[in-house]
Amino acid sequence: MIYLDLFLTFFKIGAFTFGGGYAMLPLIQEEVVSHKWLTLDQMIDFIAVSESTPGPFAVNISTYVGSQTGGFLGALCSTAGITLPSFIIILIVAKFFIAFKESTVISGIMVGLRPCVIGLIASAVVGLINTVFFTGFSGIESVLTVKFISSAVILVSMSVLLIKKISPVIIILLSALAGIICGYAFGL
Amino acid sequence: MTKNRFKKSLLLFAVFFKIGLFTFGGGYAMIPIIEREIADKKHWIKNEEILDIFAISESTPGPIAINSATFVGYRVAGVLGSACATLGVVLPSFTIIFIISFFLEKFKSFKAVEYAFNGIKAGVIALILRALYTMAKKCPKNIISLIIACVVFLLSVVFDINLFLIIILAAFTGLIYHLICLKLLKKRGNKNDIS
Repeated sequence: MIYLDLFLTFFKIGAFTFGGGYAMLPLIQEEVVSHKWLTLDQMIDFIAVSESTPGPFAVNISTYVGSQTGGFLGALCSTAGITLPSFIIILIVAKFFIAFKESTVISGIMVGLRPCVIGLIASAVVGLINTVFFTGFSGIESVLTVKFISSAVILVSMSVLLIKKISPVIIILLSALAGIICGYAFGL
Repeated sequence: MTKNRFKKSLLLFAVFFKIGLFTFGGGYAMIPIIEREIADKKHWIKNEEILDIFAISESTPGPIAINSATFVGYRVAGVLGSACATLGVVLPSFTIIFIISFFLEKFKSFKAVEYAFNGIKAGVIALILRALYTMAKKCPKNIISLIIACVVFLLSVVFDINLFLIIILAAFTGLIYHLICLKLLKKRGNKNDIS
């Protein structure tokens, strides 16, 4: 039953993501890609779409995956799935706000989770770099392909622009432009 | 009283709909808008409380946008308020992405778009690296953080262990470490009392 599967998968992702934004990325990568709902390539493309449309990444990607696999009802199930754990947990926490704020157990758990999220995102980045830079090639010659070099140039120049606090939407537009130029110039 | 709560809930829906529609990049981008709309304009919540709400939103599971919408909604108008605020923040994304989902794959079959996405992929990695850097900067810098981050990275990349298991293990390790630290501090405190 695809609807239940979507709901439960995104419920699980929602319940285990701490820290917002791309903290969800490793779990999405593991669950959604292993279900074959999206390929890793499609997921990376969708991150760009999500950055250039309003709203949180979590809601955007769950709606998209749901709609691609199960139409409107699918989108509804996966978005409800990602939203519900937060909703329920916050309602409970809001009732016991002071106790939660001063709980040693919660602050202890956060001592472990903060660095854990960093480690997980770093490991997700390794997978993404592998897909973007090395797909279709193997061994040492992959480093010398036009695809690798153009991707590396884009990655480095965009990182420099990000340090200068250029907005993500501009970054995506510039990378798209660079991709089009490389595509027509080298026929990638 | 109940009528007032109903009216506030409708307003919450409208305000969070607007927030959902006009923030790009999710959770953290919402903080200034929530401050302006909820605290400065409507005075539903004090400015200091907003910081608490975001601190809680970060230490409970789930997307920050949804956590903070639920929390603010509850503080302003109870369970009905939290349902309205959450629905409001989700609905714009849901609608826009649902519409886009019909075109995106077809759109990608154009040659120029395919080339564009080749470039975008590298740009997206830069965006994620920046997010990683921001998170690392905010994380407390000590030995235990460094060890946990490195071990998690190795477990995931080299040993390919289930991520949910890794998260539970990390939470458990952090908790044990924290409790041991507290105990040591207390012991030292007691010694100081005696001397």
